[in-house]
Amino acid sequence: MNKHVKNVTAEATDLSRRSFLVGTAATGLVLGYAGVPGIYPAAAAAPANFEPSVWYAISPDGLVTVTCGKADMGQHIASTMAQIVCEELGAKWSDMRVALASNDPKFNDPVLGAQITGGSWSTMMNFDAMSRAGAAGRIALTEGAAAAMGVPASELVVRDSVIVHPKSRKQMSFADVVKSGKATKTFTPDELKAIKLKTPDQYTMIGVSVPQLDIPSKTNGTAKYGIDVMLPGMVYGAVVTPPVRFGATVKSVDDSAAKKVPGFIKAVTLDDKTGTTSGWVVAVASTYANAKKAAQALKVAYDNGPNAKLSSQSLLDEAMRLQKLEDSGQFFVKDGDPVAALGSAAKVLEAEYTTSINIHAPLEPMNATAEFKGDILHIYSGNQFATRSGAIAAGAAGIDPKFVVMHQMWLGGGFGRRLDADMMIPAVQAAKAVGKPVKVIYTRENDMTMDFSRPLTYQKVKAGVDGDGKLIAISHDVVSAWPTARWGIPDFLTPSVDKKGPLDSFTVNGADFFYTVPNHYVRAIKNELAHNATPSGQLRSVAPGWTFWAVESMIDEIAAATGKDPAEFRISLLDGAGKNDGGAQRLRNTLLAAMGLSGYGTKQLPRGEGMGVACVSSQERATASWTACVAHVAVAPSGAVTVKKLTVATDVGTQVHPENIRAQVEGAALWGLSLAMYEKATLKDGGIEQTNFDSYTPLRMSQTPEVAVAVIANGEKATGVGEPAVTVVAPAIGNAIFNACGARVRALPITAEAVKASMKA
Amino acid sequence: MPTLTINGRSLSVDAANDTPLLWAIREQLQMTGTKFGCGAGLCGACTVHVNGEAVRSCQTMVGDVAGKKITTIEGLSAKGDHPLQKAWIAEQVPQCGYCQSGQIMQAASLLAKNPNPTKEEVVAHMDGNLCRCMTYSRIQKAIMRAASEMRTASATSSERRPT
Repeated sequence: MNKHVKNVTAEATDLSRRSFLVGTAATGLVLGYAGVPGIYPAAAAAPANFEPSVWYAISPDGLVTVTCGKADMGQHIASTMAQIVCEELGAKWSDMRVALASNDPKFNDPVLGAQITGGSWSTMMNFDAMSRAGAAGRIALTEGAAAAMGVPASELVVRDSVIVHPKSRKQMSFADVVKSGKATKTFTPDELKAIKLKTPDQYTMIGVSVPQLDIPSKTNGTAKYGIDVMLPGMVYGAVVTPPVRFGATVKSVDDSAAKKVPGFIKAVTLDDKTGTTSGWVVAVASTYANAKKAAQALKVAYDNGPNAKLSSQSLLDEAMRLQKLEDSGQFFVKDGDPVAALGSAAKVLEAEYTTSINIHAPLEPMNATAEFKGDILHIYSGNQFATRSGAIAAGAAGIDPKFVVMHQMWLGGGFGRRLDADMMIPAVQAAKAVGKPVKVIYTRENDMTMDFSRPLTYQKVKAGVDGDGKLIAISHDVVSAWPTARWGIPDFLTPSVDKKGPLDSFTVNGADFFYTVPNHYVRAIKNELAHNATPSGQLRSVAPGWTFWAVESMIDEIAAATGKDPAEFRISLLDGAGKNDGGAQRLRNTLLAAMGLSGYGTKQLPRGEGMGVACVSSQERATASWTACVAHVAVAPSGAVTVKKLTVATDVGTQVHPENIRAQVEGAALWGLSLAMYEKATLKDGGIEQTNFDSYTPLRMSQTPEVAVAVIANGEKATGVGEPAVTVVAPAIGNAIFNACGARVRALPITAEAVKASMKA
Repeated sequence: MPTLTINGRSLSVDAANDTPLLWAIREQLQMTGTKFGCGAGLCGACTVHVNGEAVRSCQTMVGDVAGKKITTIEGLSAKGDHPLQKAWIAEQVPQCGYCQSGQIMQAASLLAKNPNPTKEEVVAHMDGNLCRCMTYSRIQKAIMRAASEMRTASATSSERRPT
């Protein structure tokens, strides 16, 4: 298990949040708001509310407002948190409301000790805390009602926001109890821990597809995203970004033409000590249209810096060079002696797998609004990592992070992109320079060329089988930029097994699979060149999006080389021996479910069609949602691939909202398809070449196949669903192509040319 | 100062004629349901109706729509209860929701002309609207549901007409 999924002490966490800040004195209480006056006047003005927990309040009219500390980017996590609270509280669903948390540390994730949304962690890590919060409220309300009615609390029944005393037929609504002021019980952490929660057979809300609380506002234009923020006196900023992704500096700015643009206020060259951006200028004007015109009129001269000659090919060449070095990288897994076993194997397979640079491109372009009010910097932006982003905004302003208030908004897509805070830097520095609130909106071109992209990856896998065709060894080298190392937060790194210092496990997760392979190593190698030239980020599903492309393709290649059915071969490797006990069996069962649902091995397919399987333990061994896919494809003689159907089975343990799980799994699977077939970004002369949706082309409706989803809810703890299905699709498609026509593709995205070339070979 | 006829009201906007309609609607009129996605007519997030036709407001200049009837998501129905909006809720379509104003406006222009579209017609009409959460199958289902409900409603009202 990685360190970040352990309980960390508040103090250690807070200190670690600081370590990425460049040039800021790390003294004082980080992100402590208690002493800052004037931040939460609204809370102070509502003493009549009953707040049994930081997570929700019940107003005298009986409405229960759950504050969600997680970024809601379409996974309906706010509604999910409300649903978990509602189950134990005993409220009526129509009484539930949601609010989005500020960056006050009291809203930190109870397991992660920070405000960060990712990893498909939210439900699994908040289920217990939200359940206990709900139960605590129910107990407090019940005791209050008991006192008011003069009956024993033990005789009361709570249902649909009403507390009933069946014997006397007396009843009080939650609203009545709150108004009575009798709900006063508070809980210590130990008392909270001691509360006996419902068992799954008692659930009436968990497992029900209730209407998502945010959906109506997303059908009538009223949901407020960061881009929709309007502040009095606000002006607009448009950014001018350099031709290279990173490393440029501004030599000069000529604003003589911009000054002729109506409403132009100022051009501000960023002084970014956080190291997040390089060579950016922001044009500030009265309207966004004018700011864009002014940005276009600015003449900026750059020193394009050290990365100006780099291309995708040079990053790949460097990756291949690093992989060949015996002493590069650090070991993430080292079981047995793979080198010796490969040396003595009867047959050795060797293959290279690559994935291209990929761009998040959420449909809401990056934006942020900054306003200085007294000592406080207010940031309005939809963001996945308020703890770190608030500190980045502080770094941009040159103030202590405790003076930054982050106003969370609905996210118009996140997918990992909004873990970063780059958009806040021009807003903060422009607001400071012009003395007014500034909303900065990226153009789509800014958004694509300055993405913290999924890094280009290169993987080399060797597999050894013995004389009986048994898999005895796998060596797996993974070379990429290190997205999470870029944060500079030690808690998010993982010690290497060869004790060569911490590694970024978010580049190798998934490679530590649940197959029994006695000799197995995984080496994580940082591509420093790519790391510097294409600062990378966490793109939906992160490492398992590439590691399983390699692992699940290679498993298929071994099956083919040893004359075995690829699904049966996987099942034989998922024997649950040793450390794989439990997980392997769950993954096997999931694979069987997908096989059954798709008709794998039972259907006679026409010539040129095929089915391929893959199964994954995404996102991490400790947080896996067991997921399998059968892809059904047709391959034309030209090499053109049509994905006819994707069948996905996933073991989520406990399902809070069955329909939402299906929606997430389907969306994730289609992301997997989009990355496998349609999305490719390239670097040329240090810059990303794709600038808009004409050249970077995510899946459209006409390209969407049928997706069948089977959800296995077996009563284990709830796991995540936003990402795992992304990772299983590309290898299933690659394996289906092989099954259809014998062509083996090893590069993502898959092209007709590559399929055709492999057909001939 | 150009005047826009939008959602049945006549409103003047402080914007040059070459300002994209999108920004006049969002900033001058503070109707933020219409979204900016690409600025190039490639994603459909900014779709509004001009004289009943779905157009990309990022590619439509304020000067070109003077005197024309503009409808945004805010004006599609009085209470957010257009059959498409109800169908979007019934099918629980939105995930992040950012593209959905544009999707609904695009779909509304289809159903206004073709009350009984085939799946192929829906796909052809909707293919210019990106959904990065990839809610495409639910969008299709919601359009079919709304179409069916609109047909039922119009059949009911035409049956009543003789009485």
